[in-house]
Amino acid sequence: MGRIVLDKVTKRFGDVEVIPPLDLTIEDGEFTVFVGPSGCGKSTLLRLVAGLEDVTGGQIQIDGSDVSSMPPAKRGLAMVFQSYALYPHMSVRKNIAFPLKMAGMKSAEIKRRVDNAASVLNLTDYLDRRPGQLSGGQRQRVAIGRAIVREPAAFLFDEPLSNLDAALRVGMRLEISELHERLKSTMIYVTHDQVEAMTMADKIVVLQAGVIEQVGSPLELYRTPRNTFVAGFIGSPKMNLIEGAAAASYQAHTIGIRPEHFDVSAEGGKWSGTVNVSEHLGSDTFLHVQGTGLADSITVRADGEVAFRHGDTIHLTPREEHIHRFDAKGLRVE
Amino acid sequence: MATQHSRSAARMMMAPAVILLLGWMLVPLCMTLYFSFKKYLPLRGGDLGWVGFDNYTRFVSSSSFWPSIYATLVIVGGVLAITVVFGILLAILLDQPMWGQGVVRMLVIAPFFVMPTVSSLVWKNMFMDPNYGLFAHLWRFFGAEPIQWMSQASLPSIIMIVSWQWLPFATLILLTAIQSLDSEQLEASEMDGAPIISRFWYIILPHLSRAITVVILIQTIFLLSIFAEIFVTTGGAFGTKTLSYLIFQRVLESQNVGLGSAGGVYAIILANIVAIFLMRIVGKNLDN
Ligand SMILES: Nc1ncnc2c1ncn2[C@@H]1O[C@H](COP(=O)(O)OP(=O)(O)OP(=O)(O)O)[C@@H](O)[C@H]1O
Ligand SMILES: [Mg+2]
Repeated sequence: MGRIVLDKVTKRFGDVEVIPPLDLTIEDGEFTVFVGPSGCGKSTLLRLVAGLEDVTGGQIQIDGSDVSSMPPAKRGLAMVFQSYALYPHMSVRKNIAFPLKMAGMKSAEIKRRVDNAASVLNLTDYLDRRPGQLSGGQRQRVAIGRAIVREPAAFLFDEPLSNLDAALRVGMRLEISELHERLKSTMIYVTHDQVEAMTMADKIVVLQAGVIEQVGSPLELYRTPRNTFVAGFIGSPKMNLIEGAAAASYQAHTIGIRPEHFDVSAEGGKWSGTVNVSEHLGSDTFLHVQGTGLADSITVRADGEVAFRHGDTIHLTPREEHIHRFDAKGLRVE
Repeated sequence: MATQHSRSAARMMMAPAVILLLGWMLVPLCMTLYFSFKKYLPLRGGDLGWVGFDNYTRFVSSSSFWPSIYATLVIVGGVLAITVVFGILLAILLDQPMWGQGVVRMLVIAPFFVMPTVSSLVWKNMFMDPNYGLFAHLWRFFGAEPIQWMSQASLPSIIMIVSWQWLPFATLILLTAIQSLDSEQLEASEMDGAPIISRFWYIILPHLSRAITVVILIQTIFLLSIFAEIFVTTGGAFGTKTLSYLIFQRVLESQNVGLGSAGGVYAIILANIVAIFLMRIVGKNLDN
């Protein structure tokens, strides 16, 4: 069990209100991802749930009971830190066993659980090493091992993959997703990498300056962003936001077109411009088009085989059914 | 950088410092060894020739030798225990965010800048004097008989005085070590359900082990040779005669340079035994 409810939770550091009153419900077993730009309060929100920071106002409930003034250990949550926060002078085995030892568990039971966690996480060969003798990915797994042995009501992850290189990150992303499939426990995952958010989440919470901009499944956010902030934040490369006459012709203040929703042609189309940079990724080509009169630069995602190069003239046609319209306040218009 | 040429240049440039330091160390060492094999009484006939190991046997067979070793070890051990334990407590205290932190830290460090003679005299006369010392007033206030610190509790008094001087050093080193502890580790242990005592025992103390080692090693080196504190307080009476004080008495009070030099050689040996012993127990803390 692990249903987490935030009820008008507020956090101030001195005079600065980092989290204005915020309501959020995280269902049992859900994989929730907090995304947002740096400094928007993701870590703070997670630490509030963990109990490492005290709420200034409002209430946090776990499975129906108010935990706002409970110490972290009593909340039954486990956290994986960005720096892993392993205990450097203890072996991997002792690190993983530490929460169980603190809970006063029998040593036979501790051994059973540690061995179990180690085999799940492929750490069996490293149990007698110190954290300093492990690679980044292995340390990450030890940190996860230390979290899972306690069988917590929910897991909290604060940017757990940001210290890993790109290849390892993809691998660990899968491992965490598999872990969630197997354990079926609630997980809250903080990241500013929107690829992680899109691929892992059941539910994404987009934050800006402590305010929830939108909550929804990855595809909901992709298809129907509630405002220009979410539209620009979710999706890679970013959605093109176009104002002015082109937007007015769609009866909107701003229109948003994702790079993948353009048809390109050398002969003719709705808008035209010159290719400034073309980035060939093999499967796709990202074209940065200038001089369209729409915005400084329009990003277009085209087929991997297109042959546009710097200086070529290109014609763009948006797919009408995929155009997002926003009003002057930046809110979505249907 | 480390080419043949640059390495020999580096050696050339380091040479003056190395030669100076070596001379500084070797000249007294050689003179001590030289005199330790001589009967040399400056006021009673001067150089009276070579005597072999005579001075060495006489120094050890003197009735003050073993008590002086004992006094030395008790003082060093006592001061180490007090400075390490209170140093850790003070460091933890000073690490807490509090009002006036900067001033408090300055005050804690201040004793280190007071000269040993001055601080010992202040302790002896202002605190420990059995008639008008502050402690005497305190004892009388509670209706107790004031303690004759310097005679009845001579070793504890000296340990107290020296600890007061060295506590700032230990605190300072341990404070910087505590400040380097990753706060996420403490938070992780908090999440793991460790109460405050366990957090200290399993996280903070192991983190400090290296700094504690450094404090013990450096203090031991200096404490083996404390002198001024004893000279101005008990003058070596009441069982406070340490090895270095005994050597001083042999050379200057008895005017027996040969005997004192032999004692000096023993002191070098003792310091090395203690150093090797310490390195052994704490050395493993330093390698990882
Ligand atoms: N202890 C603190 N005292 C004062 N302000 C703080 C404190 N901790 C965080 N803040 C402020 O709160 C805001 C949110 O910080 P937080 O760490 O939650 O950001 P974040 O979304 O996790 O950013 P990042 O992606 O860079 O980790 C920031 O503006 C930060 O300066
Ligand atoms: Mg953060």
